[in-house]
Amino acid sequence: MLKVTNLTCVRGGLPVLSGVSFAVAAGHALILRGPNGIGKTTLLRTLAGLQPAEAGQIDYPEDEGAYASHADGIKAALTVTENLTFWADVYGKPVPDDILQRFDLADLAGRMGGTLSAGQKRRLGLARLGVIGRKVLFLDEPTVSLDGFSVKLFADWLQNTHLASGGVAVIATHIDLGMDAPELDLTPFKVAAGQGGGTDEAFL
Amino acid sequence: MIALLLRDLRLAVRAGGGFGLGLAFFLIVVVLVPFGVGPETAVLSRIAPGILWVASLLAALLSLDRIFALDFEDGALALIATSPLPLEGAALVKALAHWITTGLPLTLVAPALGFLLSLAPEAYAYLLLSLLIGTPALSMIGTFGAALTVGLRRGGLLLSLLVLPLYVPTLIFGAEAVRRGADGLDPTGALMLMGGITAGCFAVLPFATAAVLRINLR
Repeated sequence: MLKVTNLTCVRGGLPVLSGVSFAVAAGHALILRGPNGIGKTTLLRTLAGLQPAEAGQIDYPEDEGAYASHADGIKAALTVTENLTFWADVYGKPVPDDILQRFDLADLAGRMGGTLSAGQKRRLGLARLGVIGRKVLFLDEPTVSLDGFSVKLFADWLQNTHLASGGVAVIATHIDLGMDAPELDLTPFKVAAGQGGGTDEAFL
Repeated sequence: MIALLLRDLRLAVRAGGGFGLGLAFFLIVVVLVPFGVGPETAVLSRIAPGILWVASLLAALLSLDRIFALDFEDGALALIATSPLPLEGAALVKALAHWITTGLPLTLVAPALGFLLSLAPEAYAYLLLSLLIGTPALSMIGTFGAALTVGLRRGGLLLSLLVLPLYVPTLIFGAEAVRRGADGLDPTGALMLMGGITAGCFAVLPFATAAVLRINLR
């Protein structure tokens, strides 16, 4: 469902990863590994279409990709339900009835986004993924600031709802999600410093 | 797109949204002018069109830097950019939301403030009409400026420097229409030119704004 061929990712005008190739079949996840700064976020942003790839091919069904970054995009002055409803409306999907339960947010439904704790915000940010109904998810450190129980909740949703319904996920994470998914170490694709030339755009 | 518009309007009227700040600023600037230039009604009514228009430019400027900055900081802008909503549409909606929360209220209170500045009675209709036609252009140009400076530290200051010169044509024709109305002349030409500027802004700038946002989101 997702196929990446010989991809070169650029950050700040310099290539950071090159020759990245992998394929993920429907119903499977891929976990990206690698030390800080290797380019996991850059790769995910390139896959999601936020920045152009310098070379290579990215293939997945059009209008099926969704990106979840470090920041959750939660509005402090909207309630939990309003935040979710907004994203559902943008994607033209109904809010699933059980989504608040799945992410342990039912008690917080009427709370303002600004009063949530970091972990609660993260759960709300992840619940957005359950609302928008996209098949190909690019998740950047989805478990940051989650406690063990919430990580299990999320892994359970990912495995039993998203992947089970034929979805795909590419996940950058440093922890063990407790999922049976292949891992891809990005270290071999690293572009050595000084290689690949500098940028020709002097003011960028 | 309607969802984004409703969300932005809701955010603007909730606590910390800044709705009314621009309006209050407009009121204060206009009320301060008679203290500065003295109470002679002849002088005041001569400068009233210009003062009202300059004050509405400055009031519209106040809330511009919030258009994209907040969504950029909390990550919502990247999520909107990867959503099915076209970024051009998002830019248009942002400008529209800005106009509904600043330009429209300014337009509606301006006649009351025209009274404070003893604006000529014939000019009220044209004041209302010129602001109604002109303020959407201010919001659209400002949205473009906000996209240019999104993600920059102290971007608000740079934004004012970028945007104010672009407001000049709207200001000239807006104030001119009111002045001609006050003098009993025909202001149609100025109003039509201003309408042309507004229409041109809305035709071109959503695309420019989206292009700039894509670059700034990289």
